[in-house]
Amino acid sequence: MAENPILTIKDMSVSFSSPDEADIEAVRQVDLTLTPGKTLALVGESGCGKSVTARAVLRLLDNNAEIRRGSIRFEPEGQAPTDIARLKPDSLPLRAIRGNQIAMIFQEPMSSLSPVHTIGDQIDEMMIIHEGLKPKAARERTVALLDQVGIPGARERADAYPFQLSGGLRQRAMIAMALACTPQILIADEPTTALDVTTQAQILDLLRQLQADFGMAMLFITHDLGVVAEIADEVAVMYLGDVVEQGSVYDVFARPSHPYTQALMNSIPKLARKADRVRLSPIKGTVPAPKDRPEGCAFTSRCPYAFEPCPTIRPAQTDVGNGHHARCHLLTRVPVEEPA
Amino acid sequence: MTGFITHRIIAMLLTLVAVSIVAFAIIQLPPGDYLTSYIAALSSTGDQVDPRVIENLRRQYGLGEPFYVQYWKWVTGVVRGDFGHSFEWKRPVWELIWGRLGNSLMIEGMAVMVMWLVALPIGIYAAVRKYSLGDYLATIGGFVGLAIPNFLFALILMYLAYIWFGTTMGGLFSPEFENARWSLPRIWDFLSHAWAPVLVLAMAGTAELIRILRANLLDELQKPYVTTARAKGLPEWKVVLKYPVRLALNPLISTIGWLLPALVSGSVIVSVVLNLPTAGPMLLRSLTTQDMYLAGAIILLLSVLTVIGTVISDILLALIDPRIRYGSK
Repeated sequence: MAENPILTIKDMSVSFSSPDEADIEAVRQVDLTLTPGKTLALVGESGCGKSVTARAVLRLLDNNAEIRRGSIRFEPEGQAPTDIARLKPDSLPLRAIRGNQIAMIFQEPMSSLSPVHTIGDQIDEMMIIHEGLKPKAARERTVALLDQVGIPGARERADAYPFQLSGGLRQRAMIAMALACTPQILIADEPTTALDVTTQAQILDLLRQLQADFGMAMLFITHDLGVVAEIADEVAVMYLGDVVEQGSVYDVFARPSHPYTQALMNSIPKLARKADRVRLSPIKGTVPAPKDRPEGCAFTSRCPYAFEPCPTIRPAQTDVGNGHHARCHLLTRVPVEEPA
Repeated sequence: MTGFITHRIIAMLLTLVAVSIVAFAIIQLPPGDYLTSYIAALSSTGDQVDPRVIENLRRQYGLGEPFYVQYWKWVTGVVRGDFGHSFEWKRPVWELIWGRLGNSLMIEGMAVMVMWLVALPIGIYAAVRKYSLGDYLATIGGFVGLAIPNFLFALILMYLAYIWFGTTMGGLFSPEFENARWSLPRIWDFLSHAWAPVLVLAMAGTAELIRILRANLLDELQKPYVTTARAKGLPEWKVVLKYPVRLALNPLISTIGWLLPALVSGSVIVSVVLNLPTAGPMLLRSLTTQDMYLAGAIILLLSVLTVIGTVISDILLALIDPRIRYGSK
């Protein structure tokens, strides 16, 4: 069953301007689709534009950022589609989507919650603004939610302040807050990065189970391929502001089509017997600054297979079967080369 | 919370005892005593004083006794509400300072309120619309406000009031209300006199408050919880007021207690210039004439106000910031 996508990002570019420097195009070309009930993991190294992409969906970027190109089409079931990229910041339609239909979880559960308001107060607020609930009714729902995300003693904990909870509990509270209005899309920006591995596994389990309960689509930002394998149905790989490859987890992990994805997969350490061990092969070179990015494929400067068109011509999106596609000149070159 | 408050109040009482000792020591510090300056004043006009009269006076006032005896006499009196006699005015100290201190508190309290009322919206605006025209205007205005000395501003105001309205500013009451009881016309008279000193006293403080609030708020606006609040779908003004502003106010609230003494000591020159019957000029005069009980009472009361102010700001801070409430055990 091919479900309709609930969110489609097409050819989005985000630029940051600053008064005394040239503009920086942090995100150059992003195409993503989110399907209800499915998780899309967005992977890439620090600074490649994953978080900017995630924040752009809710228009949470700073004032000096601008979506220069492309569309963010949000199509909830039974509703007319909206292009979030065209909504005015702080406008009513945008605020009706934020928190209500698309909710977000952030990386740092300590600093992402207000230190001087109780957990309950911060969660109640969601239902008070979007559903017009009375504070008392909202608190009842909050307690139920906290219970659902596995916070023991939910009623008392609702009156606790963030600094009184452990990192794991705080992140659970954050999740409860995001789910307060049963959103159709949940954006999780590295929700487990600040947690230790055991807590991380628990939070991932929780997210997966909640997704099954609520049937929402999830955009999961991470740089950890292990986490991707655990939680995602689909993966999109980002490099320096471009989405270079998107496909199902199985396809991308088994047959990475872009040289960058291949290099990423090769840089994961594998458990092996001593005799079978091979040296890890890291990706050569360093990520260039966005202003030094080649006009064509961004990976050109580090790609072992780079050839003539790479530095100048932006590769087109090539389907490699089963909805798995990548942007690489190699994929289109092969049929031309063979007859020769 | 009650534990926190009792803790603070006990600490306050101990501080007050220490403060009273220090206050008494300070007024005893200058060489000689009131009688010395009294004799000096008399001999400068050519009068001769009988040493025996002086000796009698000295015994009468207990000036020859050791420090701790004098202190004990004074402090037990203070506890009963008797602040002693002013040498110079030949009247009980309490009578003298009551009205003056009341005027001071009223003027300076109003100045504090004006400071906050003006600085709060401007500071928030300047931070939220950073580098906008309004922000630059607030910055320029702030620096000008900080740079102009209070008394100069008072003089300029007086000059302008005379040039434009033909009125002379000064004092807190018109002569006919000077010693009248409080009534509606007297309040009106007071307000029509008080606006100028309040404005003068509030100016520098407002400018400083705007700068501090703007800097604090700029820091807070960068914090991730602000993004979280935005992601909830709150309107922008509510995001700003409910979350970052609340945190940006913390450091300001913790310094409320210091505002009062700073204003009182800072207002001496303004009070002299504008001829205000406040505590500042009286303190200055009593210090130069070594009128020790008067000076001691004013210093003590100012310190008490500071200590009480600090306790109040501590309690306020604990009320709005749970990290302090739960952290202090």
